[in-house]
Amino acid sequence: MEFFTISLLNGLSYGLLLFMLSSGLTLIFSMMGVLNFAHASFYMLGAYFAYSVTSLVGFWPALIVAPLVVGAIGAAFEKFCLRRVHKFGHVPELLITFGLSYILVELVQLVWGRIAVDYRVPEALKGPLFTLYGTQFPMYRGFMMAVALFMLVAIWLLLKKTRIGLVIQAALTHPETVEALGHNVPRVFMLVFGGGAALAGLAGVIGGNAFVTEPSMAAAVGSIIFVVVVVGGMGSLAGAFLASVLIGVLQTFAVAVDSSLMSAVATLGVSVTPETFGYAVLKLKISQIAPILPYLFLVLMLIFRPKGLLGTREG
Amino acid sequence: MSAVLNSSVQPALSNPSRGRLWVWSLFALVIVVAPLIFTSSLSHTILSQMGIAIIVCLSYNMLLGQGGMLSFGHAVYSGLGAFIAIHVLNAVTEGRVALPVSLIPLAGGLAGLATALILGWVTTKKSATTFAMITLGVGELVWAMSLMFPEFFGGEGGISGNRVTGPKPLGITFGPQIQLYYLIGIYTFVCTGLMFAFTRTPLGRMLNAVRDNPERVEFVGYDTQKVRFLAFVIAAFFAGISGGLAALNFEIVTSEVVSGYRSGAYLLFTFLGGATFFFGPIIGAVLMVLAFVLLSEFTKAWLLYLGLVFLFMVMFAPGGFASLIMMNVRVAAFGRLKPLLVNYMALLFTGLVAFVGAAAMIEMLYHLQLDAALGSNLHFMGLKLDAAAPTNWGVAMLVMLLGIGMFEIARRRFAAKWGDTQQAIEIDLKRREAV
Repeated sequence: MEFFTISLLNGLSYGLLLFMLSSGLTLIFSMMGVLNFAHASFYMLGAYFAYSVTSLVGFWPALIVAPLVVGAIGAAFEKFCLRRVHKFGHVPELLITFGLSYILVELVQLVWGRIAVDYRVPEALKGPLFTLYGTQFPMYRGFMMAVALFMLVAIWLLLKKTRIGLVIQAALTHPETVEALGHNVPRVFMLVFGGGAALAGLAGVIGGNAFVTEPSMAAAVGSIIFVVVVVGGMGSLAGAFLASVLIGVLQTFAVAVDSSLMSAVATLGVSVTPETFGYAVLKLKISQIAPILPYLFLVLMLIFRPKGLLGTREG
Repeated sequence: MSAVLNSSVQPALSNPSRGRLWVWSLFALVIVVAPLIFTSSLSHTILSQMGIAIIVCLSYNMLLGQGGMLSFGHAVYSGLGAFIAIHVLNAVTEGRVALPVSLIPLAGGLAGLATALILGWVTTKKSATTFAMITLGVGELVWAMSLMFPEFFGGEGGISGNRVTGPKPLGITFGPQIQLYYLIGIYTFVCTGLMFAFTRTPLGRMLNAVRDNPERVEFVGYDTQKVRFLAFVIAAFFAGISGGLAALNFEIVTSEVVSGYRSGAYLLFTFLGGATFFFGPIIGAVLMVLAFVLLSEFTKAWLLYLGLVFLFMVMFAPGGFASLIMMNVRVAAFGRLKPLLVNYMALLFTGLVAFVGAAAMIEMLYHLQLDAALGSNLHFMGLKLDAAAPTNWGVAMLVMLLGIGMFEIARRRFAAKWGDTQQAIEIDLKRREAV
């Protein structure tokens, strides 16, 4: 029970972090049809900016400043680069963000070096939040969940209850009509792209010190959030939420499980030796296959439910 | 990615099939003669790698250029081909399999094909952006698995083999690099020929149709998913051959060959070469090997340069180098290239000035970051720069801004003249039609 609850909470906090990343990606995708390959790079930038700002003025200003800077960079990229290739079609749009991811990781290495930086959890958030069945749940994990949930509610309110949200939602499906009504759709696109980048930046600020802030952090999380978006259903925010939490929990549980198929077979009374057929597969521990679980999940999803969890169309 | 494959060149050639014969003969001649001109062992290594890269980039372009399928996981097929090939090679060495070394790349190709039959079925269920994400996921899956099964993938150290084994017809052992080079050359020529022939088959044509207008293809009665799947499998076959050749060439295969990094490189350079033309990826492959082998020796900032070149290419010439070449071939065919030459010189010169300024700053920055222990001095294009001196930064900045300013002026003049030339060509074309 103890293991279950703690893993569930850890999984939830990781899943919510994934959602902060994938929500921006999904919004950008469903609105502009652009798959932002550099999204995880914005996450990395957020973590590095937060590290620098924290060492200058502290963590709390960094929580505000870093996402804003990342958002501004994202908006500028949309305005000066992405918009130019819009007329060439979706593949060049994807490619330009792919090129950007190369440049960003190289620039980050140039400015902050090639090894991990010492970006730490602030003193005020150290220590346990509560103790459950004798195991402490870190306060910072709780903080991560709170920030993510706050963002979730804020986005929801922004999209559903404000005028700009209405325009964004309308521009998602009927950009020409919205333009004809006198709204500046390219600027809405820029705001959405910048907003998505800022969300990724914020995820970087709170994820960078919970995990490790290093140049490879973008690549580590990049393909997972693509899995989340496909599994959740392309362009579905609710689906992205469900998939993020699901994958977060799944991975957290898997990492902690130390048994293998071999032990499962052994409990059935079958002895497994290195000579048994498929020993290489049987001897793998669940924790060893944890990194590939999201991708397996993706493949299974595509076979049995190609439109994703909450997707509406088969692309 | 419009289908400008050949139509724009043809007015220049009186007989397209004869022109094509010339091109293919020239290609064969280049393959045969290249190692005789560049005789150092380094150049033989580079040429061998170029042959391998040409096959894999062309196979990648079957997906990207001809099928509109943006794959982020092509290295899976070339990589697994390489692994199977090295295992077969080791089996040959141990006498378990009787297969001449020269046919081992085919085993790699079949491995690629078999893998694509399974994974491709899942991957090609979707098209466009979703396809791209799935290939990324499948690529990550195989990459993560490569670390889980050290029995097959050899773990960190990889699997090594020895290509000097089995029967030796005519005394060819494939020991010396030059012998292997000619084997790679033959494979490159044959594979290039086959892949070009594929573009002329009904399936190849349907693939273009699926790229351009899938709804209509469905409406006519074809199954777009099946067309994509078949193309995907064929592309994986050629990728596997290239992997097999790479296994013979390096005699070691590590799990790096299935990594997303490798897939990204295929994508990047195929695009740089030009995905809209059949021969574009050949240029891309040559550039890829030059970048990986030479540029990475030359400067530590090469990935940054690569990213920037890629970014500018996507923004200003989405057809890659091949499209730039073909546009000028078209102009030359109408005898209007000469007046533009002055503008090209101006563009080249001003661009170079801007580049020198920017590169000096990038190199100084990298030097400060990586080699700070060696002092602040560095050599840059025969100059001695002091990365700690503000004057050097100021001068570099000035040179760059000056270069950018002049480039912009030159570009505007060129753009105007280019527009006039195109208009003149249109008029010429209309006149010819009228006659």
